[in-house]
Amino acid sequence: MLNFIQQLGQSGISFFERLGRAHILFAQIVAGIPSMLTRFQLVIQQMYSVGVLSLLIILVSGLFVGMVLGLQGYNTLVDFGSEEALGVMVSLSLVRELGPVVAALLFAGRAGSALTAEIGLMKATEQLSAMEMMAIDPIRRVLTPRFLAGFISMPLLAALFSAVGVMGGAFVGSGLLGVDEGAYWSQMQASVDLYDDILNGVIKSIVFGVVVTWIALFEGYDAIPTSEGVSRATTRTVVHSSLAILGLDFILTAIMF
Amino acid sequence: MNTRKIEILVGLFVAAGLAALFMLAMKVSNLNIYSNDKGYEIIANFDDASGLKVKSPVTMAGVLIGRVSDIAFDEKIFEAVVKIRIESQYNTLPKDTSASIYTAGLLGEKYIGLEPGGDEENLKNNDKLQLTQSSLVLEKLISRFVDSFVNKDSAEKK
Repeated sequence: MLNFIQQLGQSGISFFERLGRAHILFAQIVAGIPSMLTRFQLVIQQMYSVGVLSLLIILVSGLFVGMVLGLQGYNTLVDFGSEEALGVMVSLSLVRELGPVVAALLFAGRAGSALTAEIGLMKATEQLSAMEMMAIDPIRRVLTPRFLAGFISMPLLAALFSAVGVMGGAFVGSGLLGVDEGAYWSQMQASVDLYDDILNGVIKSIVFGVVVTWIALFEGYDAIPTSEGVSRATTRTVVHSSLAILGLDFILTAIMF
Repeated sequence: MNTRKIEILVGLFVAAGLAALFMLAMKVSNLNIYSNDKGYEIIANFDDASGLKVKSPVTMAGVLIGRVSDIAFDEKIFEAVVKIRIESQYNTLPKDTSASIYTAGLLGEKYIGLEPGGDEENLKNNDKLQLTQSSLVLEKLISRFVDSFVNKDSAEKK
C-alpha cells in the first residue's frame, strides 16, 4: 500500500519534471532561431526530410479525403435537393477542420516519428555528447533547424491537403455525380471567407506544426538512450502529438468560429 | 543525394505549398469580392432588416452589383439603416431606385434586390433610397394568414 502511494507520487513528480524540461527545451530551441537565419542551409536540408518526403502521403490522403467528402456529402445533400451546396460542404470542412487536423496527424506519424527516432538514435550512439565535447550546442545545431523546418512545412502541407481535397471533391461531385461545376465553385466562393475560414485554417496548422515538432524533438532528446527507449519515445511522440492536435483543435475551434 | 537536388526539391515544395494557399485564397474563398474597387455607398432605411448581414449580396436584375457594408439602428426613427456599397462601374442607377429585401430560396439567405426607377439623375455617394420594402418574416406572414382565417370564420358566424 505504501509502495503504491510512493509510486503514485513518483510518477506525479516525474510528470511535472518532464513538463518543465519540455518547456525549457522549447525556450532553448526558440532562442537558437536567430542564429539559424544565417545558416539557412541546415533548415533547407531538414525541410527536405520533413516536408518534401511527407508530400506523397499528404497529397494522396488529401485527394481521397476530398473525394470521399464529395461522395458522402452528395448522398446526404441530394435528399434535400441541395446538391449544389456540395462545394460549400467540402471546402468548409476541409479548410476549417480536416485540412489542418488530418494533415497534422499524418505529419506526426510520418515526420514526427522520424524526428524522434533520429534524435533518439543520435543520443544513443552518443553523437549529441560528441558534439558537446566539440563545444557545439546540439540544441542549436540539431534541434532548431528541425523545429524551423516543421514550423514552415506544416502550413504548406495543410494548404496542399485542402487544395487537393477541394479538387478531389470537384472531380467526384461535378465529374462523376453530375453536380453543376459552376454551382460547385460559385457557391463555395460565396460562403468561404478569406479571413474567417482560410486564414484561421492556416493559423491552426501553424500551431499544430509547432506542437508536433516540439513534442517529437523533446521525446527524441529526452529518450532513454537504448533501443527500447528510442522505440518507446517514438510511440509516445505519435500518441502525444495526436492527442495534442485533437485537444488543441477543440480549443482553437472554440476560440475562432 | 547532393545538396543542389535537395535545394531544388525544397524550392518546389515551398512553391507548391504557396501555390496551394494562393489557389485556396483565389478560387475557394471570396477574395475577388474584396477588390480594390471601393465603389460608392448608398443608404437605405428599412422597417425590418432581419436576416440581413454585412456582406450580404445586393443585386439588380439578379446580377450581383454590390454588398451590404454596414447595418445600424437609428434610435430616432426606429429603423434599420443599411449602407450598401455598389461597385463603381455601375454608376448610372437612377435616383428613384427602390430596394427590397428578398430571400434566396424558401429558407436561404437574405439579399437586397434593387429595382431601377425612371429618374434622369443618377445615384451618388451617400445618397438615400426613398422607396424600400422590408424583409419578409415568416412568423409574421403565418400569423397574418392565420388571422385572416380567424376573422373570416367570425365574420361568417355573425
